[in-house]
Amino acid sequence: MSVRQGILALLAEQPMHGYQLRQEFEQRTGATWPLNIGQVYTTVQRLVRDGLVEPLDNQADVERFGLTPAGREAAAAWWTTPVDRSAPARDELVIKIALAATAPGVDVRAVIQDQRTASMRALRDYTLLKADKAGDDLAWSLVLDHLIFAAEAEVRWLDHVEARVAREAARVRPAGPAAAAQGAAAAGTAPAPEPQVQR
Amino acid sequence: MSGREPGPVLLSMRGVGRVHGHDEAAVHALRDVDLDVRLGELVAVMGASGSGKSTLLTIAGGLDSPTAGTVTVAGDDLGSLSTKARARLRRRSIGYVFQDFNLVPALTAIENVALPRELDGVAARRARAEALEALAEVGIAELARRFPDELSGGQRQRVAIARALVGPRRLVLADEPTGALDSVSGEEVMRILRARVDAGAGGLLVTHEARFAAWADRTVFLRDGVVVDSTGAPSRAEHLLAGA
Repeated sequence: MSVRQGILALLAEQPMHGYQLRQEFEQRTGATWPLNIGQVYTTVQRLVRDGLVEPLDNQADVERFGLTPAGREAAAAWWTTPVDRSAPARDELVIKIALAATAPGVDVRAVIQDQRTASMRALRDYTLLKADKAGDDLAWSLVLDHLIFAAEAEVRWLDHVEARVAREAARVRPAGPAAAAQGAAAAGTAPAPEPQVQR
Repeated sequence: MSGREPGPVLLSMRGVGRVHGHDEAAVHALRDVDLDVRLGELVAVMGASGSGKSTLLTIAGGLDSPTAGTVTVAGDDLGSLSTKARARLRRRSIGYVFQDFNLVPALTAIENVALPRELDGVAARRARAEALEALAEVGIAELARRFPDELSGGQRQRVAIARALVGPRRLVLADEPTGALDSVSGEEVMRILRARVDAGAGGLLVTHEARFAAWADRTVFLRDGVVVDSTGAPSRAEHLLAGA
């Protein structure tokens, strides 16, 4: 899990105490995923239990932690092992659109358009944030770039889904004057009846 | 951008429609479009090819006339003007930025930017001074003496933005301005366009790329010639991410 790996990577740089770990983690990942201190200590305790981290002998009132040799190995291995992308995370949007495209009585174009507007809004807000002040903070600006590229991919995917759905509708609609006209309209080949807009 | 009072309306479209052909052969390129662009505002129009976005831009710029509705630029109803007066308003109030830059190859950057001012009747020296200022505003004053073929695509598009907003021009209409650019240059051009709009202009941008439309205050979606949705103006972006 990323908090565990992140803490190992930070401790590989230098020994730290809990608050320092939390602060470094947030700062170095653009403060996009806030950590609470309890989470930091729980994770560190698990790392100690697993023999990767050890409390350092010190006289100070705050306990500092460092890596064991096994911890050093685990930290180094993280950089040389790609993040597993073979099992895609469950994504509500993908499931919703896939079901909308096949569910009877759902206006899939309206569902797609509503989502596209929402995704476009997020993309716009991230972009304005970046334009405003991300330039001087590399970590944050990289995280922001990731959110921007992901939102862009989402909008492009929705465009693609819309085109696919329109083509599919034109293909499967049974022949007959009204149905044919509707299919043609969905495929964007006009002359169109009033488009169905749910606003 | 965020947190600012809306400026005066530079471009206003009301109930705009455009029909090609007659009767059964009539094709509605645009239907009942309402759209405003204010000073300090960048508005993007997105839609699939054939959605009417190019038609919308040519009508906004007075290059084509609507078959229904009104288009007002800087307070003047384009439909009520004579052809000559409309051409004059178009030339003096509106700047255009195209995908393929449209710079005059035989003229240097500064000469390209000064040209519309000279056509306005401004003396050559003053036109040059204004052109240099416009080039400085897009960050390439030092390239003023280069010819278009000595500039990168991104630099050429900056010259085109400077030309579009030289002198008193306040409304820029941009048709896929990043279409011929790589991703990083495209972003740079959008950043400049955004900055110029923030500094005192209004812009209408047609693009099919969401990442570039995202530089606009709002995006309007067109489908089959109809505005189907809009993102609305920005929320308070400062609070979007924790710790931002």
